[in-house]
Amino acid sequence: MLLVVNTAAVVKMSVELDVFVGNTTIMDKEVYQLWLNGYTVSDAVKVRMEGGVMEECEASADVLLSDTMDQFRTFQMCERLLQNPAKLANQLLFQIPPDRQAMLIERYYAFDDAFVREVLGKKLSKGTKKDLDDVSAKTGITLKSCRRQFDNFKRVFKVVEELKGPLVENIKQHFLLPDPLARDYAAIVFFANNRFETGKKKLQYLTFHDFAFCAGQLINNWTVGAVDNMVEDMDVDLDKEFLQDLKDLKILIADKDLLDQHKSLVCVALRGKTKVFNEMEANFKNLSRGLVNIAAKLTNPKDVRDFFIDLIEKFIEPCRSDRWTATDVNLYLTHYTNSAHILDSFKHQTVWTRYMGVIKSCILRMYHE
Amino acid sequence: MPGKLKAKIVAGRHLPVMDRASDLTDAFVEVKFGNTTFKTDVCPKSLNPQWNSEWFKFEVDDEDLQDEPLQITVLDHDTYSANDAIGKVYIDIDPLLCSEAATVISGWFPIYDTIHGIRGEINVLVKVDLFNDLNRFRQSSCGVKFFCTMSIPRCFRAMVIHGFVEELVVNEDPEYQWIDRIRTPRASNEARQRLISLMSGELQRKIGLKVLEMGGNAVVGYLQCFDLEGESGLVVRAIGTACTLDKISSTCPAAVVPNLSNSSPSKDMKEAVFGEEAPGVPLSSGPPTPLRAQTFSSFSPSKSYSRQSSSSDTELSLTPKTGMGSGGSAGKEAGPLKALLRQQTQSALEQREFPFFTLTGFPVGFLLHVGGVVSARSVKLLDRIHNPDEPETRDAWWEEIRQEIKSHAKALGCHAVVGYSESTSICEEVCILSASGTAAILSSRFMQDGALDTEHRFEDTAPPACGFCHIPYDELNMPFPAQLTYCHCCRRHKVPDVLFTTIDVPTEASITGKGCLIQARLCRTKKKAQGEGNATAISNLLPFLEYELHTQLLNKLKLRGMNALFGLRVQISVGDTMLLGLASATGVYLTALPSPGGIQIAGKTPSDLTYEQHVSNMQKKINDTIAKNKELYEISPPKLFTLDPDAFVNINTEWVEEVIGSPIPESRQRSRIFRSHSESSDEVLELDLSHGKKDAFVLEIDDTDAIEDIHSLLTDAPTPPGFYSCNTEIMPGIYNWTSSLQMFTSVRVFRLSNANLTNQGLNKIFNDLCENLLKSLYFKLRSMVPCCLCHVNFIVAVPEDELIQVAVTAVAMSLDKDQTQENGRQSGDKTLMKAITENEEQLQFPLELSAECPSNPLSSAKGLSEVSGPLPSARAPSVDHSSFTDRCSSWIEQIRLKAHTIRRGSIKTTSSLEKSSPLPDSRSRSLRSNRSCPSSSVAVVKMTPLSFLPGTKIIKYLGIINMFFIRETTSLREEGGVSGFLHSFIAEVFAMVRAHVAALGGNAVVSYSMKECVFMENPNKNQAQCLINVSGDAVIFIRESELEATPSQTQSGNVQTSSNGEGT
Repeated sequence: MLLVVNTAAVVKMSVELDVFVGNTTIMDKEVYQLWLNGYTVSDAVKVRMEGGVMEECEASADVLLSDTMDQFRTFQMCERLLQNPAKLANQLLFQIPPDRQAMLIERYYAFDDAFVREVLGKKLSKGTKKDLDDVSAKTGITLKSCRRQFDNFKRVFKVVEELKGPLVENIKQHFLLPDPLARDYAAIVFFANNRFETGKKKLQYLTFHDFAFCAGQLINNWTVGAVDNMVEDMDVDLDKEFLQDLKDLKILIADKDLLDQHKSLVCVALRGKTKVFNEMEANFKNLSRGLVNIAAKLTNPKDVRDFFIDLIEKFIEPCRSDRWTATDVNLYLTHYTNSAHILDSFKHQTVWTRYMGVIKSCILRMYHE
Repeated sequence: MPGKLKAKIVAGRHLPVMDRASDLTDAFVEVKFGNTTFKTDVCPKSLNPQWNSEWFKFEVDDEDLQDEPLQITVLDHDTYSANDAIGKVYIDIDPLLCSEAATVISGWFPIYDTIHGIRGEINVLVKVDLFNDLNRFRQSSCGVKFFCTMSIPRCFRAMVIHGFVEELVVNEDPEYQWIDRIRTPRASNEARQRLISLMSGELQRKIGLKVLEMGGNAVVGYLQCFDLEGESGLVVRAIGTACTLDKISSTCPAAVVPNLSNSSPSKDMKEAVFGEEAPGVPLSSGPPTPLRAQTFSSFSPSKSYSRQSSSSDTELSLTPKTGMGSGGSAGKEAGPLKALLRQQTQSALEQREFPFFTLTGFPVGFLLHVGGVVSARSVKLLDRIHNPDEPETRDAWWEEIRQEIKSHAKALGCHAVVGYSESTSICEEVCILSASGTAAILSSRFMQDGALDTEHRFEDTAPPACGFCHIPYDELNMPFPAQLTYCHCCRRHKVPDVLFTTIDVPTEASITGKGCLIQARLCRTKKKAQGEGNATAISNLLPFLEYELHTQLLNKLKLRGMNALFGLRVQISVGDTMLLGLASATGVYLTALPSPGGIQIAGKTPSDLTYEQHVSNMQKKINDTIAKNKELYEISPPKLFTLDPDAFVNINTEWVEEVIGSPIPESRQRSRIFRSHSESSDEVLELDLSHGKKDAFVLEIDDTDAIEDIHSLLTDAPTPPGFYSCNTEIMPGIYNWTSSLQMFTSVRVFRLSNANLTNQGLNKIFNDLCENLLKSLYFKLRSMVPCCLCHVNFIVAVPEDELIQVAVTAVAMSLDKDQTQENGRQSGDKTLMKAITENEEQLQFPLELSAECPSNPLSSAKGLSEVSGPLPSARAPSVDHSSFTDRCSSWIEQIRLKAHTIRRGSIKTTSSLEKSSPLPDSRSRSLRSNRSCPSSSVAVVKMTPLSFLPGTKIIKYLGIINMFFIRETTSLREEGGVSGFLHSFIAEVFAMVRAHVAALGGNAVVSYSMKECVFMENPNKNQAQCLINVSGDAVIFIRESELEATPSQTQSGNVQTSSNGEGT
């Protein structure tokens, strides 16, 4: 082994120039992944050697080194185009079959869950970028890869921020991403734009996909675009009017009668259907107050940021300490929502539905037993 | 005013940001042709400008149309300072001047800047209106078609092959003009690019004129080269083969029958030709074929003839005199006529100054005999070209070399040279001019200018498949010592023991097993010297270099158990302190030639035991390698001497070659590659032959050099499993090509760390460099396995004192996985079956004959009796032998496999039924895989160095692509170092070639080659410069599967019926 390494070193010293250019650009998926992961050439060669590609193809270490350097160079040259995927399709420099192009783009924009959890909801600013070495140290993802992922978020954010129309569609169109990935990016952009707090200790148990799901709910129901696709504004901001209207929900807790009525309706509906009925009955007012207060405070950007932490503190934690099952939560929220509709003096049915629909699905998603 | 050129600038995209403040660009375009310039409006503040300009019209002479490129410059408008150039596009409008080529140029072109590379794209429309020119003394040659393809292009038929055309033009190199000191690198590069573009236009026009003079309408095998002579100037020279081509109309059967991937252009030709020949026309009855019965005593030693005209004489002596077998009588009749025709050929060729042909592939029946490789080199001292209008010196140099080649060919008893090429290597003021080709005797078939009508033209039917192997020279008056044996196919004529050629493997050739790339590599140190001293030193070294390369080739060939080299290309590169030699060729086992003996090592005079041990170890290694290679390349030559005592005649003499020889070809400055340099009868007698194989090839180890040589012989790594490689168009013995291919260029520069290297050390480095490069290629392309690297073309250079540069261009073509090896043979059969069904009534004869002849080449007596016995004699004369020979060769693989069955006399019944079905399958498979990709916005343009694309049919040639680019950088590190710089430049060149082809309406470049790749660097100054010249033919192809589904079906139907008929 020592001998092999030695010869590789010698060859490396004296090969001044070494290029391979195909009419169709050759790209090895495995090497591409190593490049995306931010490996140095020599680390990538090590990984490839361990992967057994050498035995498979009777190659020597220097062959592997030459191939890896060459491909890394190719990727570097392509990177400019990958940052503007629409260009990739009509550039003339590299002849890449369309299915390969799609693969390149998809993988370039793919991100690590561990990484995205770290920056989700943070301002995509230079300051955040400077802190990436901490993120890198914490997650074990190379700094280079962290930077790529961060820059991708920022690039998508910048492009989409000013665009009208549905967020996911915009991302798909401008970055040629497949639907699931475009939805993830929509979530990232949405979180970054509204600066939702996701880093607190209490939120740590939530995965990116939990948040992405919630973001989807919010985008689909609480933004301007959610009500009217033709409207000038876009999907990134919450519907200000709606947030204003949410204040009206306060009556549900402010009006003592209404609160009692609501409680009794829910209790009637749930009696005998759940094991935690007593706890529910005891906690009803607290829980209801929690949810309605969250709604009422959403006009304040600071409280928007705390939306998820509030959901946890005001609702999820109490329920969890009473050992509610997800079914219990579901049952409760269903009847809690529906009962309000029966309340005669409660006039804000539309707003309530729009609010509670999202709250319910978010809580259910966030409620890990 | 014979032409109006119109250009329209439509739009731009992806332009670079030229104004930092606004992050935008105010672009406009200058369109220039000759001295006329038009401008578009400025399209302010846009990186994707839409100009939609009017049609700019240039009224110009067609002479200018041929010479000048259309020059499009994109600029950024600047109110206060000079406008900044963004980049340029040069469009060669030559393709628009041929009525049958492209009609409009329209598409996106990369905007190229010699400093920054590609900077965005521009959409341009170009048209030409040509007026008829009635001037007889015109200077233009519009309408003459040019092809880089080295064989008759696929959708054409050769009416007449006129012969050699050459021209050269010289000029001062702008880079060395005084003005270069004060202008920017960009201006200097652009001046150079423009000048070379003008010069190649002029060259093409002049060659076109010569073709018109000869009565031709096309140049095939067009080879254009640049000599950057530095201070002394710039030479652009070209050679080619003038032809009269006729487009095969789509109604012609040959055009409709989809060509199988492995069939060659000449196959088309042959079928087409056959269709015209009415069976039974009296004069068409004398096929000198395998049946040309002739005892060897009929070799008349026609020594009375002088060497000079020996070609035809030898031939005359070969015409049948005694009849035996059914074809004999016919052959007799043909005798006098043949003689007449030969004389005509002879005189037709004699008339020409140089009976040279740049083609490497020929219509079946054109190539009668091959003598061997002829080459000539000459070392010249460059002096300043004083008068560019009179390039006499350079002309005279080449003239001299060509004369040399011609006389070498004559010495080999040949009247023509095929596969001819010329090259140079320049180092400071020393220039090596090289020319090489293959001496051959050609058929008159394509030589007469319509003097004979079609019926007469083809009376000289194709020789047998093995015909080209038969020696053209006089056996008793051989130009060099060689071992002759009787042809192992026909048993009638003498063949040499090994055959070296520069051409492609003829389609009719019968090959045993598969071939492989063989390279001889050599590095020799040289003392630094100036001027004449340097030239003398080089010319003293050359013969040694050449001799050693030749020895290496021969050894490696034997080591692989093969007996012939095709596509031989010897490159000598000269540097300040060394000479590099690289010989590449494709080794094969020609069935007609004798089996090569092993290699035997003879130690020096009795010595100590360990030494003996060492020798025997080495011997064992060599034997093992040979055995392994034979297995690897599937070479299982028929067992020798089973039946035919004639075969023994020459075997007992020993073939010897010293490793370090006393050789040295005649002149100092030029040397010939004959097939062997040094053996002499004396040595033969001295050798002790009491042990070892009788036919062994002896290597004498008498010094360390020899040991080195043997070691290097054994260090060539075999190609990894699943890979084949060759430097010819395709690999003989492989038929299952798919349409998946990958053309690539790979460049490596190696720095010699230690200046005081010995020859051996240098050799090893150079050898390792080439071997490692090949290994890297195999690794890169591993996803295409099973695949074959075809047309592997190495270019070596010594750009600086301690640098060795190797550039490789080749194409990797995938083979069908489902039918590799065994099944591959079946697919070969399919071609055959197809050929047979086209000519059903003569089915029986060719089948039976081909079954016997190649499978038992060494037992022809038996074969003959079996064949001629049951034959209905009435039938024989009308047999189409030309197509027969073809079938013969295709059959070999199959036959070897099924020799068993065949000997019992029944030819495959079930097997062919199976065979007929997989074909449509595999086709639809490949089609599907191609369709599965959604179309992108940029049209895919395929590139290949071959003259065809497997599984497709070329329906139109759009014109020649000949492009020259310079790229320079003053920020080498920032561009990723030398590798990054060259990588992007090569990618840019590919992109520009593709864009031009797409704009012509094409979807592929065939016969693509990178002629030049000159790379210079100065890392200390952070600078580098590179020049690349590429060429090829732009074509439109369609997939065979799309062409017509019905014919293939009917054919498979036919196959079934015919094979049934045959079986019963």
